[in-house]
Amino acid sequence: MGAYAEPSLADVGDYVALMKPRVMSLVVFTALTGLAIAPVRIHPLTGFTALLCIAVGAGAAGVLNMWYDADIDARMLRTARRPIPMGRIHPREALTFGVILAGFAVVVLGLLVNVLAAALLAFTIFFYAVIYTIWLKRATPQNIVIGGAAGAFPPMIGWAAATGSISLEPVILFLIIFFWTPPHFWALALYRTEDYARAGVPMLPVVKGDDVARRQILLYTLILAPLGLAPWLLGFAGPLYGATATLAGAIMLWLAIQVWRERRPEDRASRNLFAFSVLYLFVLFAVLLIDRGFGGMIG
Amino acid sequence: MNGHKDENGVVLTEAQKRARRSRSIAIALALGGLVILFYVMTLVKGPAVLEKPF
Repeated sequence: MGAYAEPSLADVGDYVALMKPRVMSLVVFTALTGLAIAPVRIHPLTGFTALLCIAVGAGAAGVLNMWYDADIDARMLRTARRPIPMGRIHPREALTFGVILAGFAVVVLGLLVNVLAAALLAFTIFFYAVIYTIWLKRATPQNIVIGGAAGAFPPMIGWAAATGSISLEPVILFLIIFFWTPPHFWALALYRTEDYARAGVPMLPVVKGDDVARRQILLYTLILAPLGLAPWLLGFAGPLYGATATLAGAIMLWLAIQVWRERRPEDRASRNLFAFSVLYLFVLFAVLLIDRGFGGMIG
Repeated sequence: MNGHKDENGVVLTEAQKRARRSRSIAIALALGGLVILFYVMTLVKGPAVLEKPF
């Protein structure tokens, strides 16, 4: 008997896991914010379609990332149980799945919503899959600084879906997520240094050492904290957002200072900063949604 | 655990059959949802569906 391709044991849950559903939910949430604060009212079903396409596009980017990084994932404790390293999904199946999802997400968004949003989504997927995953992640300790831009695009895509254009407000939201990304991921890398080193990923703490990483976290947070106030200062968010951003930014800065002062083997400050950074972004965007009262969503 | 190949072709195990069935159902639901989405959005957009994107 000749060799044959083993029939797949992967079920729907494995394919869903490939799409990084937790990342997808954050992408959808930030895109929803961009959509909701836009000054143009669109039909709710158009808004739903836009968010669905953005979610699928984000999932596609996650699939393509897992396809390419299967070798790294197999060597890291945090990611070794993902479907491809576990052998539940063949890499070729994952690649096909990711490409089809990306194609459908972009085309459907372009046909049913508008071309600008579709173009931004296509660029975001390309940026994450090619620029970050294939090129930067393995090449430079600045990988997540530049590559993090991919995670910052969804509010712009949401805004573009509603208005067909880009303006200052979504750019501000882009910048908030852009400057949030380094402290978020470097805090994780600080207490997962051995994991990243084992996989050969040049994260900043691995390549430049803890001290440089801690200093960089503090510097980026010093930019992030006042930047988070920009929607209120520029007038497209109210005092509720201003107060929330002030408090959250102060906590984020305090935690970054604790990280800057911490030394191994202690890692409590790094873990606290990582955990709070997730809450920080969620709270900022949630309050922005509440503050604007979904004015842009209801047609 | 593994399927095997005999003179009748590849024979799937029960686990493989269940996995294939779940994937097939998911694909069918996704495609059906896409059809419904296009139908509903055509109604929402009205005559605007005739406008070319470029």
